[in-house]
Amino acid sequence: MAEARWREDFPVRWDEDHYMTRRELAKFLTLGSGLLAGANLLIAFVGLTGHAPELPVRRIAADADIAPGTSRLFRYPTDDDPCILVRDTSGRLTAYSQVCTHLSCAVVYQPDEGALGCPCHRGVFDAADGRPIAGPPTRRLPRIRLEQRGADILATGVEV
Amino acid sequence: MSELAFFIDYSRCIGCQSCVQACEECDTHRGRSMIHLETIARRDSVQTAPQVCMHCEDPICAEVCPADAIKKTPDGVVQSSLKPRCIGCSNCVLACPFGVPKYFGEVDQMMKCDMCYDRTSSGRRPMCATVCPSGALAFTTIEEIMRTRQGNPVNEWQFGNETVRTKVYVLVPQEVTRVDVPLIQISNLSRRPHAPADPYDVAALLEGS
Repeated sequence: MAEARWREDFPVRWDEDHYMTRRELAKFLTLGSGLLAGANLLIAFVGLTGHAPELPVRRIAADADIAPGTSRLFRYPTDDDPCILVRDTSGRLTAYSQVCTHLSCAVVYQPDEGALGCPCHRGVFDAADGRPIAGPPTRRLPRIRLEQRGADILATGVEV
Repeated sequence: MSELAFFIDYSRCIGCQSCVQACEECDTHRGRSMIHLETIARRDSVQTAPQVCMHCEDPICAEVCPADAIKKTPDGVVQSSLKPRCIGCSNCVLACPFGVPKYFGEVDQMMKCDMCYDRTSSGRRPMCATVCPSGALAFTTIEEIMRTRQGNPVNEWQFGNETVRTKVYVLVPQEVTRVDVPLIQISNLSRRPHAPADPYDVAALLEGS
């Protein structure tokens, strides 16, 4: 007689059963939680002590090319990271990652509001420091460190 | 030396109830004996026979359990019902050909002999076998039984068309190699207007009929 399919789930023999005792479940939960906590501590430790990789210094624009109240797009630190360089109406230069922290749409400069707006869900970031001020984003835009050498504007690093 | 096995020699039983008392002492089912001490042909004889679980190779009690409460261990011992699972339906009580499982209404659970699994799994003898004064219940090796007993240990039973092999051996006369239990056809019985009176019906005996 062929063994019925349901018998696989309810075997007579104890060693074929997948019976989980309360103690086994408690052990699994305890060890699992411990492992998770340990992994988090390790990640925090590495984040605190590890050195951030040295980013390249790259020329992104000429100072004369960008007028007050305008923006320029560039890529930094790699060609896959779109960024936006903004000179506000008072003439101050700032640069941010162009990737919205909500759902990764590209933000655009809105000189009238002094803000970076995301067209997808109407997220708005302050152009002065990159903080989210309206809409769904909750994290600030990564800021690109800038340096001016003579007539050139250089990107030197990223502040997350 | 082969491994220890359980042997029942019905002919040696003197009906002293020691096994029943010893079984009741066990902490896991205190006050309840898992052994049946059967009387055989009570009108004509004082012969008794102890019945412990035979631990079938294919335990029908576990097969019929709808709650998956009866389990067989890798070493072939059929366990008592798991308390969180047993629903007290008594399917096993009806199915067992040896009449071993007992249903206890006050706890709504079936309990049966598990060959004192706490003891036998660590090489000690079951309680009943330790106290039996006549050796009707023995937990020893088959060599020792062959050396000291006259009977032939068998563990194969024939119930009608069903062959049952058990972990526990019974001692039978030398010429017997299998215990045959013929089935009684209930349909034939019911067709007769008056079934013949059971000669061992104790109630009828007491009434003097």
